[in-house]
Amino acid sequence: MSLDEVQVKDGVDAETVEAVKSLSGTYKHGWDTDIEMEYAPKGLSEDIVRLISEKNDEPEWMLEWRLAAYRRWVQMEEPTWAMVDYPKIDFQDQYYYARPASMTEKPKSLDEVDPKLLETYNKLGIPLKEQALLAGVEPAPEDRKVAVDAVFDSVSVGTTFQAELAKAGVIFCSISEAIKEHPELVKKYLGSVIPQSDNYYATLNSAVFSDGSFVYIPKGVRCPMELSTYFRINAENTGQFERTLIIADEGSYVSYLEGCTAPQRDVAQLHAACVELVLLDDAEIKYSTVQNWFPGDENGKGGIYNFVTKRADCRGARSKVMWTQVETGSAVTWKYPSCILRGDDSQGEFYSIAIANNYQQADTGTKMVHLGKNTKSRIVSKGISAGKAQNTYRGLVSMHPKAKNGRNYTQCDSLLIGDKCGAHTVPYIEVKNNSSRVEHEATTSKVDDDQLFYCRSRGMDEEEAVALVVNGFCKEVLQALPMEFAMEAQQLVAISLEGSVG
Amino acid sequence: MLPESKKTDLDQRLGALTMPESTGWLQSAREAARERLSVSGLPARRDEYWRYTDPKAFVQAAPGVVATENTTEVFADLEAFVITVENGVVSFTGDAPAGLEISTLASVATTDIHWAREVYGALEAAGSQPVVRPLASLNTAYAQDGVLIRATAPVETPVVIRYAPGEDPILHHVIRVTANASMTLLEVGTPGGRGNTVAEVEVADGGAFHHIRVQGPDDARHANTHTFAALGEASTIKSFTLSANGALTRNEAVITLTGDDAIAHVAGAAFGKGDFHHDDTVFVTHDAERCESRQVFKKVLRDGATGVFQGKILVKEGAQKTDGYQISQSLLLDDDSVFLAKPELEIYADDVACSHGSTTGAIDETALFYLRSRGVPKRVATDLLVLSFLAEALDEIEDDDLRERVSDYLADWLAQQ
Repeated sequence: MSLDEVQVKDGVDAETVEAVKSLSGTYKHGWDTDIEMEYAPKGLSEDIVRLISEKNDEPEWMLEWRLAAYRRWVQMEEPTWAMVDYPKIDFQDQYYYARPASMTEKPKSLDEVDPKLLETYNKLGIPLKEQALLAGVEPAPEDRKVAVDAVFDSVSVGTTFQAELAKAGVIFCSISEAIKEHPELVKKYLGSVIPQSDNYYATLNSAVFSDGSFVYIPKGVRCPMELSTYFRINAENTGQFERTLIIADEGSYVSYLEGCTAPQRDVAQLHAACVELVLLDDAEIKYSTVQNWFPGDENGKGGIYNFVTKRADCRGARSKVMWTQVETGSAVTWKYPSCILRGDDSQGEFYSIAIANNYQQADTGTKMVHLGKNTKSRIVSKGISAGKAQNTYRGLVSMHPKAKNGRNYTQCDSLLIGDKCGAHTVPYIEVKNNSSRVEHEATTSKVDDDQLFYCRSRGMDEEEAVALVVNGFCKEVLQALPMEFAMEAQQLVAISLEGSVG
Repeated sequence: MLPESKKTDLDQRLGALTMPESTGWLQSAREAARERLSVSGLPARRDEYWRYTDPKAFVQAAPGVVATENTTEVFADLEAFVITVENGVVSFTGDAPAGLEISTLASVATTDIHWAREVYGALEAAGSQPVVRPLASLNTAYAQDGVLIRATAPVETPVVIRYAPGEDPILHHVIRVTANASMTLLEVGTPGGRGNTVAEVEVADGGAFHHIRVQGPDDARHANTHTFAALGEASTIKSFTLSANGALTRNEAVITLTGDDAIAHVAGAAFGKGDFHHDDTVFVTHDAERCESRQVFKKVLRDGATGVFQGKILVKEGAQKTDGYQISQSLLLDDDSVFLAKPELEIYADDVACSHGSTTGAIDETALFYLRSRGVPKRVATDLLVLSFLAEALDEIEDDDLRERVSDYLADWLAQQ
């Protein structure tokens, strides 16, 4: 036990409390970047799909793939089963493609990127230069490096550490680059986890996705650093549709982080992303998200509609995937990161904190589909509702007849702060063989008065006390996050609840 | 607007039914229910609350099932007031125990004034929101007969409704327990090859309603039942159902706690084999303060049987200090059996303690091994473990004598299998 460790821990706690004090209940990343943008015409049609494909300089097969998705989408209906309520989206009143004018000619290195863009990411605390990045711990140890792919509206601005990663055989680039540079991989895996016509928003994404990240970890390689993508929506009335594809070949390992923010605007904006993870034998992926899109103001105006499809396909035996998410932003969240446990002995884990305050609505959870033998899954979901928000956990655990000796443990806890909000649990449990064991537990309660009283008696004010109790409630999930995110997440938990007490 | 397929289903089903003759309040209640039905249509597999149970057998115009033999006689020598229902016709002789007024729906069909007018169809209509219950609306509109009971004092003697099998009866019971009164209702047997039974139960302030139902053990039974209950202040409902075999059973309980400090317990134990498909769908609404609700459902499934549990606790805004509990468990005795569950919570009040749990698995091998190592044959050991598994649900029966009867009946029945 070194002195340094203790100091870091102390620092975190102080920082969490500091965060509550210093921010006045407003969204921290609500500013925008004044930059010249290039838009596709408003609305959605086959021509727009062709235009996006053309802008990305895509091969013919990719265009056909998009068009097939678009044709399906036109015939589909927007789903209404989630416990969320929002005005009908006019899909023709959106821009589907927006890129900074300076990105018309793709910069060859980060040095050529428009300084305004670099400044944007700096301001967000994501410096786009090849340096070790570890929030809160100074100086950063040499071996903690994080490679970043920065996506600004519809395009990837730059990806760091590509050369160093290439030495290990890891491919980390934007998906538009991958379509050109690694078509055999993209062709083989794109849409193999989330088919084009999977659901309404995934189909829309398949038609109009403009960029996103692509990762390939070769056989037996443990990715030498953490990879991350930072998504920033900047332009007004513009939807962001990114697509992420991660392939972990046999025996490989990668930890991947995802962060997102958007400016504060009065009009709600659409974000419909797809994330596909492919895991071959013995592969492992840790996928962590801190979702902090603009949640709308305290009167429920504006915010991001976050309709996301995330799915991992554990194709290989003994493969393992872990989804960890901290959902604090977005006006409406509709998101169910799922695991298809196809390989024998494969494992899926889902850890989630969903916080909804003011008028936010979150309908989120996971699906664990057990197909292989001896597959295991674990779900820990913590939902926190405050203000006038609605927070729903929706999940599926399915044991197929052939998934012998499957195991699932699910725990979903909800915490209500205030008497005008709602917390809901909608689990689906389907067990079709008797050697599997499925356990589901859920509780709903309010912030414990005794714990609050204890904190208050130690001189904390009520908001600090609530933040501390809530952090304790979320501990199991916070611990599952990589260190870079754990601290940000702890602060976010405090900030998101600001103004919810009293 | 109903989709075309639902319209066809409804037209065919209603085409095969005749609305029994009635006047005044009953006629208006029937027409209002038919109106609800014309809006909702009959259930279909793609409806959210029918995703795990195929409603076809309930929807099709002809029952398609022959009347079944009925052997259940669990409350045979009990001192009770017995009502017989045979092929959808209610009959009884003698005077009801003091404190109870009993009549039949058919006998009041053209009566202008009857207490049942305030309840009939009213609880069903209220319980058909936010989730439609088309089979219950169909029942309200087309019920042939039913038992009407009003309890005006605490009554010890239980009332037994004994069903003799019919073909396709539609029965609608109405029970009103007035303030501080109490009663016990026992239902035994199977009304028909395809039976549609609705019970509307209104319990006024301080009242108590105890209910035990034994369905089965006939294999051909297709039963669709609804219990709608509304509870006043400090009132109680405790309802327990034992189901054995049967082809298709869907028991829905829709309970609303409208008065403060009310208590609602619904429980069920089901044992089925082969083509058995058993569905418990429960919707408990807390709309008052300091109320307590418990849902305890246990299923033992074997030879490819299917068990379904859909339970919900809805806590409305302002229903503070709610204590809600829900457990659904199933024991799969072999690899072909299936358990499907959707245990939901929907909560709009912050000072509540609500929890639910659901587990599914095989019989505990360690426990089985222990019993066998003590010389208990495997069959007997399995039965013992099954009984102990179901015990938590049986414990919901408050009366010791009645609980023992049900428990003995179950043990005997298991031993005969």
